[in-house]
Amino acid sequence: MSHSDHIPFELSHIKMDMVNEQACLLRFADHIDDTVADAIGLVTRQLRDLAGIIDTIPSYTSLLVTFDVEHHDRFAICQQIQTLLDNLDMTEVTSRASREVVIPVYYAEEVGPDLQEVAKHCDMTVEEVIQLHSQTTYRAYAIGFTPGFAFLGNTPKALHIPRKNTPRLKVPIGSVAIAEQQTAVYPSVSPGGWQILGRTPTPLVDWQSDSLALIEVGDSVRFEPISRAEFLAQGGQLDGF
Amino acid sequence: MAFNVIKPGILTLVQDLGRYGYQHLGVTTGGPMDEFAFRWGNALLDNHANAAQLEITFGMLTLEAQAPTSIAITGADLAATLNNKAILPWQTYALKTGDVLTFNQPNLGLRAYLAVKGGLQIAPVLGSVSTVMREALGGLTGKGEKIQKGDVIPFLSTTEHQQRITPRLAIPNYEQQNIPMVMSYQFNTLSGLDRARLFRNEYSVTAASDRMGYRLSGEAINGDKKGIISEGIAYGSIQMPNDGQPIVLLRDRQTIGGYPKMGCVTSIGGGLLAQKKPGDSIHFQCLSIGQAEQERQRKMSLLSQLR
Repeated sequence: MSHSDHIPFELSHIKMDMVNEQACLLRFADHIDDTVADAIGLVTRQLRDLAGIIDTIPSYTSLLVTFDVEHHDRFAICQQIQTLLDNLDMTEVTSRASREVVIPVYYAEEVGPDLQEVAKHCDMTVEEVIQLHSQTTYRAYAIGFTPGFAFLGNTPKALHIPRKNTPRLKVPIGSVAIAEQQTAVYPSVSPGGWQILGRTPTPLVDWQSDSLALIEVGDSVRFEPISRAEFLAQGGQLDGF
Repeated sequence: MAFNVIKPGILTLVQDLGRYGYQHLGVTTGGPMDEFAFRWGNALLDNHANAAQLEITFGMLTLEAQAPTSIAITGADLAATLNNKAILPWQTYALKTGDVLTFNQPNLGLRAYLAVKGGLQIAPVLGSVSTVMREALGGLTGKGEKIQKGDVIPFLSTTEHQQRITPRLAIPNYEQQNIPMVMSYQFNTLSGLDRARLFRNEYSVTAASDRMGYRLSGEAINGDKKGIISEGIAYGSIQMPNDGQPIVLLRDRQTIGGYPKMGCVTSIGGGLLAQKKPGDSIHFQCLSIGQAEQERQRKMSLLSQLR
């Protein structure tokens, strides 16, 4: 995710290709950076309101758009998308500041079993790991793996650590973890190979509520350390491993 | 008014056309593995196109009707019987209270659809009743469970019944080996030799195939080998992992992924593929986007002629 050695991103560089008879892929750039992510976030929000578009999948450098071909003409939808892209400008992209989501985290070994290993690998104390992880502002570049699982980047270089050699079969809900240059919260119980630092009491997804998922692609995300008492008071659970 | 589940079958799932509008949050679409068989079920009964049905994979399902209704069976021939008398798919049947409907084992194809007049009466989750077990969404309880013994599957009773049969030319040939696909995504990174391999070779369906993806085995395609920056995975994507054995991603696919993709099987191709069993072989047949679109429109117009 480097910023160097790349042609600066411009909206006129976006390429649109059909990938099957019902979906097209918009390729914004061939490298990951914040301007690209801003543009993808903005286009995604605007496309969702267009007639004939039933699904969008924003990711690091691209946006997949699925059409309702039962009720709409493919060429008409493509034309609408092109018009929308032609009318965007970079000032609009950069002026629409992204939302900031703050996630409380109880960092401790009872819910963060990899804290020691991360500290050792990064040649830091556990306190320094916690400080560094919670003082950085991240961006949601993509969502996937499981519903609501947001890939957040970039962790500071000093915190880079590979995934575990053997993934855990069961990572508890709310686990906050890191791997390479990314960090994430596990929204549901799932297998997982990332290094776990702590746990949040805040639900990442709630399909019964209107908000559905706490984090969307393009959001800024910060982690705020909380005490054991605060974690428990906010409904946090200690079991799960 | 409902079906009582006497035997639950190997994998019986409530499905509608799928859960759309949530893929940006990582939620997959689900939906019928054989979309056109599903659409014919609802068309034969004059149901809404999205009315909930049962997708019956492999068979071994026995249901008892608690009230009269009208049903349609489409898709695979799973040696179905009504009160122990053999019945054929692609047509409607009237059910009386106490009638017993059984799906045994596949004669042809793998997945049958059972549609009921007015649709199964099930509350949607995120706008759909489609069952996605991996995501714990949809189905009878909303929690993504497959149909189990003792389940009660509600429908609206009716004594109204129209005898209808799907026109012969609209019934797919599940023995067809050609699976139509379009070239897209990273197809251009394939060498000429790999392109020839992809279209010349036969691939066989492996036992590790499911609603998420069909894993194929055949001569390896080397491709680009390198991963790509994770991007959205469209229906039918033909993913090429490092071992060069293609995986065709279907209804329950993950929303994003970092393996190169050679293109997508079409919606019709994916439906045909979903009727294949482990050990069956297939061929990829290349279409342009325009041809794939025309083929789909032709199939859809046959459906609308009935309506």
